[in-house]
Amino acid sequence: MQNESLSVRHLISIRDLSIADIELIFRTADQFKEVINRPIKKVPSLRDITVANLFFESSTRTKLSFELAEKRLSADVVNFSASGSSVSKGETLIDTVNNILAMKVDMVVMRHPSPGAPVFLSRHCSAVIVNAGDGAHEHPTQALLDAYSMRETHGSLQGLKVAIIGDILHSRVAMSNLFCLRKMGAEVLLCGPKTLIQRPLLQQPDILISHNTEEALRWCDVAMVLRIQLERQNTRFFPSQREYARVFGINRALLDKVGKPITIMHPGPINRGVEITSEVADGPGNIILDQVENGVAVRMAALYLLAGQIRIPDTA
Amino acid sequence: MDKRLLLDARTLQIMLDRLCHQLMEDHGDFSQTRLIGLQPRGSLFAKRLQQRLCHFTGKAIPLGLLDVTFYRDDFRRRDEPLVASVTDIPFDIEKKKVILIDDVLFTGRTLRAGFDALLDFGRPEQVQLLCLIERKFSRHFPIEPDYLGQSVHTLNTQKVVVSWAESEGQDSVWLLSR
Repeated sequence: MQNESLSVRHLISIRDLSIADIELIFRTADQFKEVINRPIKKVPSLRDITVANLFFESSTRTKLSFELAEKRLSADVVNFSASGSSVSKGETLIDTVNNILAMKVDMVVMRHPSPGAPVFLSRHCSAVIVNAGDGAHEHPTQALLDAYSMRETHGSLQGLKVAIIGDILHSRVAMSNLFCLRKMGAEVLLCGPKTLIQRPLLQQPDILISHNTEEALRWCDVAMVLRIQLERQNTRFFPSQREYARVFGINRALLDKVGKPITIMHPGPINRGVEITSEVADGPGNIILDQVENGVAVRMAALYLLAGQIRIPDTA
Repeated sequence: MDKRLLLDARTLQIMLDRLCHQLMEDHGDFSQTRLIGLQPRGSLFAKRLQQRLCHFTGKAIPLGLLDVTFYRDDFRRRDEPLVASVTDIPFDIEKKKVILIDDVLFTGRTLRAGFDALLDFGRPEQVQLLCLIERKFSRHFPIEPDYLGQSVHTLNTQKVVVSWAESEGQDSVWLLSR
């Protein structure tokens, strides 16, 4: 039996994690993946832990995935979403959270539209913070589950060629994936219209950039397709969705032209017919639903390892 | 560190064969029997036991591996959480006679967790416990083996280590004292 623990107390950014941390999360997720395929998909590890899911921004799969992960670890779960709460009455973030913490919550899973909100929170409250997406900054558990799914399909991340294609500018998934994949030895290429890639990234000599989807597909082993985040775009970054689909969208004909097996990934939600056609999203090589299944196992692993560091008083 | 040999390879082999014969006496044709080794060390013992049973009966009795890390009662009480090992139970345990196998029975806490973990896979007709070594007078739970290799008197500060040829190069059981 080996003892090991994470080098961090909170899970806020992939950049805080060491390679050993990520490998530990993956190895633990392997075991949780077996757990969630058992007749009784639940273990008692977190039965004395209370987790608050604070979602200041809409979410379907991340929120469900975290909630399932928490419940399958036997944690007590309280849910909060910004709409219909005191936030709309003008309460500050720290007041909202302190009120929730006064109810003896041990861990907070938070999604917030402002980048840096989880760091701010970790400095001002005692609970363990898990970032479930902060603005266009990071979404660490998504990157971990994406990397985990690639490792599962391809055996190793070392030397794997991953093209991230789509709206890089507004995507926290792209940022976390870029950090995580490069840390684990994969090569990453960012592909999208010039208007949808951050200028600082375009200027970095060690980051591969392409504005041609066919070229990106010819290069990669894995294509991670991202959604065009229309809700975050208040100016026009491209003429129309139809034109985006024609120039940057991935369809069967394009994949046939490239003519090699490519693993297709998408963090969801998919805009079918825009960044990817249904034929490709549901076709051979897609691991989109595996990503969703792995999401629960990876989140269970992260929560389990973080909770393991919260010592029960009097046992220290 | 003082190291004393408790069992050598020959004695261990005789003991293993004796345990096999006891099982053969009780379990008939083994059609309803399933072996489950507790990870990590009990599974090495369980694999060896399965091989010997196959030698005597000509049957490969199904063997599963069970990890109890997520069911332990010392989570958040240790400095660092334990890293889980693989669980692989490739059969249904519903209405079967399950023999849980571990190398050393000490406080009984691992086995307590093992019962919880096992029941998440179904409701066996019967659960029996087989251990190679039992450390006397050290139990924290009322758990006793149905099949036992040998009882030993130990101090709490001592450690019993079972080595197997497959992993450590030789079959033997040692008592380590500080």
